[in-house]
Amino acid sequence: MAEAVVTEPYPALAPAQLAARHGLRAAGERPGLREYARSLWAYRHFIVAFANARNVATLTTARLGQLWHVLTPLTNAAVYYLIFGVILGTSDRIENFVAYLCCGIFIFGYTSAVASAGTVSITGNLNMIRALQFPRASLPLSVTITQLQQLLASMAVLIGIVLVTGEPPRLAWLTLVPLLLLQTVFSGGLAMLLARLGSKIVDLKQIMPFVLRTWLYGSGVFYSLTSATDNMPTWASTLLHLNPMLVFIELAREALITTTPPSHFSVASMWAVAFGWALVMGVGGFLYFWRGEKEYGRG
Amino acid sequence: MADTKIPTVVVDDVHIVYRVHGAAKDSSPLGALRRIASRGPSATVREVHAVKGVSFTAHEGEAVGLIGTNGSGKSTLLRAIAGLLPATRGAVYTKGQPSLLGVNAAMMADLSGERNVVLGCLAMGMPRGEVRAKTQEIIDFSGINERGDFSSLPMRTYSSGMSARLRFSIAAAKKHEVLLIDEALATGDAKFRKRSEDRVRELRAGAGTVFLVSHSLSSVRDTCERTIWLESGVIRMDGPTDEVLAAYEEFSTAK
Repeated sequence: MAEAVVTEPYPALAPAQLAARHGLRAAGERPGLREYARSLWAYRHFIVAFANARNVATLTTARLGQLWHVLTPLTNAAVYYLIFGVILGTSDRIENFVAYLCCGIFIFGYTSAVASAGTVSITGNLNMIRALQFPRASLPLSVTITQLQQLLASMAVLIGIVLVTGEPPRLAWLTLVPLLLLQTVFSGGLAMLLARLGSKIVDLKQIMPFVLRTWLYGSGVFYSLTSATDNMPTWASTLLHLNPMLVFIELAREALITTTPPSHFSVASMWAVAFGWALVMGVGGFLYFWRGEKEYGRG
Repeated sequence: MADTKIPTVVVDDVHIVYRVHGAAKDSSPLGALRRIASRGPSATVREVHAVKGVSFTAHEGEAVGLIGTNGSGKSTLLRAIAGLLPATRGAVYTKGQPSLLGVNAAMMADLSGERNVVLGCLAMGMPRGEVRAKTQEIIDFSGINERGDFSSLPMRTYSSGMSARLRFSIAAAKKHEVLLIDEALATGDAKFRKRSEDRVRELRAGAGTVFLVSHSLSSVRDTCERTIWLESGVIRMDGPTDEVLAAYEEFSTAK
């Protein structure tokens, strides 16, 4: 029997030691940061395919189908124009109010849609999380891609509106490319942040509409925040103008409209603020999400 | 020989607690307010202790059956081994990345079967080139196109048997090291069951260890030499399939 003890040493070992001896890894262990980033990159095709699938899936039952990707932003712009341009007459102080308004709505709508979809990107896909092993950040990121695709449709509409309202085509339009890139990094980070928060605080889904509406009114979408804050102390006005959405919107207006009202910051410093926000939110959101990677299946 | 047994899955005193939201007994707004005011056990969350301290070691080349009555924690345990559901206490150690072959992998009902195949394969981590090459093969295996071109119709138009067959075919398309099978053999009609059993045998030949959750005792008997019987989240018996099944059958008929 002594021989048996020598040939069967396992019962003497604690399970953890046994696992270590044979090189077994703890299941559901959080991967290292670099390894996580690498596996996320390996899943890029899945992220894009999932984003496409969601985009197609939302409109399969509508008779006009994919046409709604263009009709939705157009209708949106028309509604806001009717209320703020025609009924309330906010447009008096701003030349080319239609283009001014549409810039605000489309740019804000992008991040806003990413934020609300990102909040439920974990809780809404629990079945998938419990069935398949993949880097969970794929979910908030694919939500961002879905909305980016819709933004590109909105941008085509916006370019049309800008041309129709008499703005000449300019080289400055090209600055939209780096701008949307920065905004996408910002939104992706925000989606990851809210995805983890939303998986921990389930009531966040109920609170988000109010947060987003407050953000909407504070981002100068329908009016010029700079003229509205004229009477405020400088520090308060500066603080309000650091709002990332306001900065993205103002920069888009600078690119597309020749007659934008002057802003609180210079264009160069707005680019710096936009870059800063993208960096902080992109990296911060990713790190925050990664730290929770192990928890997402628990619900 | 004992010293040739290499462990592939080590489960060490695992507890799994589900948090269930929206399970309040009094679901009126007043009830919610009362719970918050009285600081009762956190508002609408209730906990379900699904697995209570399970430990075992599975070795290379073993096929282990998991049996037990409904709600005994079999599927939950399987998900913990796959690393999909974090253990609340204890730990699961595995060799490589175990794959769960379940019939309820996520599918998008509004998308065509073919798009779901592509999405499912990508989600399993298959490279894009391989996905393209295998899509037709998977659709043929599932047999959904036997009555007309169903693969281009949205999955919501499929019968439950058809979508279960497609899900199984997607999951079975990949090679697995440690393979976890959850009720997948009970899918579809007799013809498809035969085909899927063959496929599982093939997969088993290439896999180190196979776990099989099933209510069909005959398929456990056919595939597994060792069986673990779970009851209310606790291991009731762990041993050779014949002995465990005999005891389980006695338990079931006695009820």
